[in-house]
Amino acid sequence: MNNQLPGALSIGFKRGGLEIKQFFRQKESVVFTLLFPLILLAIFGSVFSETIAPNVTFSQYFVAGMIASALVNTGFQQIAIFIPIERDLGALKRLRGTPMPASSYFIGKAIVVTVSMVIQVVLLLIAGVAFFGVNLPTAANKWLLFAALLILGSLVSTILGVAFSSVPKNARGASAIVSPVVIILQFFSGVFFIFTDLPQWMQQVAAIFPLKWLTQGMRSVFLPEEFATREIVGNWETGRTFAIIGIWLVVGTFLAIRTFKWDRD
Amino acid sequence: MKPVISVTGLRKSYGALTVVKDLSLTINQGEIFAILGPNGAGKTTTVEILEGFRGADGGSISVLDTDPAIKGSAGLAWRNRIGIVLQSTQDTAELTVREALTHFASYYSNPRSVEDVIALVGLQEKADDRARTLSGGQRRRLDVGLGIIGRPELLFLDEPTTGFDPEARRAFWILIRQLKSEGTTILLTTHYLDEAEALADRVAVMNHGEILEVSTPALLGGRASAQATVSWREGGMQKSEASDTPTEFVKSLSARLGGEVPELSIHRPTLEDIYLSMIGATHE
Repeated sequence: MNNQLPGALSIGFKRGGLEIKQFFRQKESVVFTLLFPLILLAIFGSVFSETIAPNVTFSQYFVAGMIASALVNTGFQQIAIFIPIERDLGALKRLRGTPMPASSYFIGKAIVVTVSMVIQVVLLLIAGVAFFGVNLPTAANKWLLFAALLILGSLVSTILGVAFSSVPKNARGASAIVSPVVIILQFFSGVFFIFTDLPQWMQQVAAIFPLKWLTQGMRSVFLPEEFATREIVGNWETGRTFAIIGIWLVVGTFLAIRTFKWDRD
Repeated sequence: MKPVISVTGLRKSYGALTVVKDLSLTINQGEIFAILGPNGAGKTTTVEILEGFRGADGGSISVLDTDPAIKGSAGLAWRNRIGIVLQSTQDTAELTVREALTHFASYYSNPRSVEDVIALVGLQEKADDRARTLSGGQRRRLDVGLGIIGRPELLFLDEPTTGFDPEARRAFWILIRQLKSEGTTILLTTHYLDEAEALADRVAVMNHGEILEVSTPALLGGRASAQATVSWREGGMQKSEASDTPTEFVKSLSARLGGEVPELSIHRPTLEDIYLSMIGATHE
């Protein structure tokens, strides 16, 4: 008899496939997670079309913010809402009773987040370039920076989503708490408004959280180099951005491991 | 042979509330063992400790040679040997029956064939339907299918037939007997006394965190030797009498009434009668 248990990685990839299947079969999740940002882009991009700096329109500024938000929507928001739903339905407890390694569950989540994040970023880029005058960067180092922001931003957002998933008491509470948190963070972080126009206290609150830094990082990828002088400290603060994301990665991982709950009580 | 489950002096409290006090039991290989008891008796807590979902405050436990109450001991190799059917789960809604079973099979070292399990739980017609379209009874059969896909040596069934119609319940009992005939040890909790009677080799009655008695369904609470109730109609009145010797009593009754006794019935206490008197007896 074969007593060899299947490996955590191979089960993780199977879970990823299953998560993607379940994600796309739920029409609400597809519309909510993938299309809502495009609708926002269409509205804001059409309403605010003025130029905010030489060669920079508000739409371009907004697209950079929306790409940063995509990392929060597909990572933090998706995970922090769906894990409590799975907990309520008994899915997590059932998994806990099987020989599935816990790491496989998180590998599966990482896969579904990556797939929906890539789809959303590509959709936003296509819409941005086609309708809102966004210029794709030409320098290789900008693309490298973009890739690093996507990978680390997605990772930190997902891990914080896992950590936050223990906060709501149940599935209904989850969407009631998580969505406002995300929207307020977007307002404070300079996604919907120009960050330097916000009151100082808002800027300071936003500076604690990763979204402000991801948004600023995306501007450094998609806006002209000269725009850096219009940021708060007059440059893109790339080093500080990665340092703060790094700190949140460590804190988030610690919290996620310490607080994760497989069961309702 | 070593018992599959053996528990001595198990204790569990939540704050000041003692949920399980000094509980001991032994379940042997290939046995169907039922735990009966009212809500709040401590059944679920006990079973969840044995399933490795909860810690214990005291006592010694061995489930397939492991103490699952010790943190970290209910490892994957141990989980590979057990199957758990929880109460009312609604997950895997967007997956078909076959997809869910195929996926869960991939967790185990030596799973059953997916097609065999589909046939075993009687979901052939529904194999390619999404789980959310299943009826309550079909959904429960999928849960059982997911519980047995890993070919468990020990299967936990928590109120498996709640919401079944009588026909589905009979079909389910046949499935459980078949698993037993393959050597699976089964720990069952149920609210249905007829189910315990039909399936269990032994039953334990639990109340207020303690086991009141462990016995076969036929012998529980002195049922085999309990008085029978003889009822009949005489002189336009319904009469009844409790008797240790109902055969003798009916003979004399027949002689007195001159042959056929009108509306005669002899009632032996059912498992439910015994159970209710045991539970009632322990209430203050």
